[in-house]
Amino acid sequence: MNAIDQTFAQLRREERAALMPFLTVGDPDPDTSLQLICELEAAGADIVELGVPYSDPLADGPVIQRASERALAHGITLLDCIAIARQAREKGVKMPFVLFSYYNPVLQLGLDRLIEEARQADISGMIIPDLPYEEDGPVRDALAQAGLYLIPLVAPTSRERIHRIVSRASGFIYCVSSLGVTGVREHFEQETDMFLRTVKEATDLPIAIGFGISNAEHVARFAQICDGVIVGSAIVRKIEENLTRLKSEREEDKREGLREVHLFVQELCSGLKR
Amino acid sequence: MTKVWPDERGRFGEYGGRYVPETLMNALIELEQEYRRHASDPDFQEEVRYWLRQYSGRPTPLYYAERLSKELGGAKIYLKREDLNHTGAHKINNTIGQAVLAKRMGKKKVIAETGAGQHGVATATVAALLGLECKVFMGQEDTKRQQLNVFRMKMLGAEVIPVTSGTRTLKDAGNETLRYWVSHVEDTFYILGSVVGPHPYPMMVRDFQRVIGDETRKQILEQEGRLPDAIVACVGGGSNAIGIFYPFLEDSHVRLIGVEAAGEGLDTDRHAATMTKGSRGVFQGSMSYLLQDEFGQVKPAHSISAGLDYPGIGPEHAWLKDSGRAEYVPITDQEALDALALLSRKEGIIPALESAHAIAHTVKLAQELGKDGLIVVNLSGRGDKDMESIMQYMEGERK
Repeated sequence: MNAIDQTFAQLRREERAALMPFLTVGDPDPDTSLQLICELEAAGADIVELGVPYSDPLADGPVIQRASERALAHGITLLDCIAIARQAREKGVKMPFVLFSYYNPVLQLGLDRLIEEARQADISGMIIPDLPYEEDGPVRDALAQAGLYLIPLVAPTSRERIHRIVSRASGFIYCVSSLGVTGVREHFEQETDMFLRTVKEATDLPIAIGFGISNAEHVARFAQICDGVIVGSAIVRKIEENLTRLKSEREEDKREGLREVHLFVQELCSGLKR
Repeated sequence: MTKVWPDERGRFGEYGGRYVPETLMNALIELEQEYRRHASDPDFQEEVRYWLRQYSGRPTPLYYAERLSKELGGAKIYLKREDLNHTGAHKINNTIGQAVLAKRMGKKKVIAETGAGQHGVATATVAALLGLECKVFMGQEDTKRQQLNVFRMKMLGAEVIPVTSGTRTLKDAGNETLRYWVSHVEDTFYILGSVVGPHPYPMMVRDFQRVIGDETRKQILEQEGRLPDAIVACVGGGSNAIGIFYPFLEDSHVRLIGVEAAGEGLDTDRHAATMTKGSRGVFQGSMSYLLQDEFGQVKPAHSISAGLDYPGIGPEHAWLKDSGRAEYVPITDQEALDALALLSRKEGIIPALESAHAIAHTVKLAQELGKDGLIVVNLSGRGDKDMESIMQYMEGERK
């Protein structure tokens, strides 16, 4: 059984939604991002999205763009990201890993190699934000054969596409909260709830919401409707605010930086209980 | 009968397609449907033709460059004078088409990306003409290099938004325009400037640019009584080249030659030779050739010509290269500058730096084809915009 299914089944029994943080692997540097992954789990994260840095992140706002640039300055590749995931497993991290990458790095590495490496690092699924339904067939099939899920995105503009997309999905459905790129949003419109209900009615799979979820209040609101809440830019921004500490040579400064991120994730988790 | 590209999935062979966030998919599907519906409407076609004729000054001349031909001592060289269009380049053929489409689709806001500013100016121009609100995204580096075009766009009533992400040039302006479109997809029309991006743009922009080739075909038959041996055009994204190539695709004896920017040389990292040095990849919404590293990160391009300074190329060109129907050759910054000076002095025509790349290859080709040869060069734009950067380049060389 795929670990994503196990996690959602367990959470259903506990009657709470999943907190699914995102971070850019290699930001601010490879070692620190490994420590951050461990910290996310310790603070209560249920599933983590491991972002692969990319030179041209079309779907991302300025916060994640900057994180990508910081990671790329260390020459981080898709294979490095998978290696860091494996190290996190070795350090005892248990939560499912979902790899988030734009399509071109996947294409250049090749699916066979990617799948082989991803399995060794115990990665459960992938999100490829620029690979829509019409183009994703070969990737979806290859991943499925290896027991990995390709997590689809649906957006408020997807309308009649929703049924087609969810009908062959596995793992969970990633619902894009509102139009636009990733990044913090102040508030959400009523239409977001209607959109989420439409998706929910269309599928038996868990649904998770992302794009703009930035505080415990947002988490609490969407934990009522969704099975998972994805927080990306707000966490990456928290990492960015603590850059000096996280990159410090002094162990106590670094621990303080990690603690800031830990506390933020813990606060987000407070909204999960239904 | 050869297969008609693109197919229903927007593919030219294995190239093209739609690699964009889900949020944009319905907008692209709607755009394709609306485009196909309007393209088959004679009233739409007549409106586009009207503006091209009465506003932009089409048809543009096919001019026999006699002094240049004699100087080179080889083939007869004709220049397709796209530089004589309103706003000084072929770009307006496409912006007129897309802006008329936007208006008929009921969209009142348009956005565009621009490198050197030519497509931005052409978009700002038609937005003023048709009463549309216009935003142009331009890399911050380019806004500095092309201040005059920034001012032209503002004069025309457009808002110019400097892009500070990535390399701050054309590719990042393209990314930022797509990001803005994702946020405003419901009321905004994206006027894309080349035969790149997700389907239907490569097809639609080609269709709006094919007027160059349709006119050329008629004019060369009138003036020479036969088709040319070769057609030469510069390629960045590749819209002027596809425009002039497309009506000749079935004439297999007409060589189609795309000229890309070799910048400071193919053995350096500073070039934009996507076909010669690139490989297959996905970039800005479609599968094509791409300058990238082994891990799939996009590499910055370089050319003295801002219009060719782009790490990607249109998917139909990738298909034409692989199928062998078109050839792609590199020309360096220095060769382009020499060709610019040559054409200026022999014909009194200052070409755009982009078009100067096509002239530079023609210099080589004229001798190769000999006196019986017949070449058409697409003179895609005029060079006024480049005077300042050429002055700076020459000062740099002297130091």
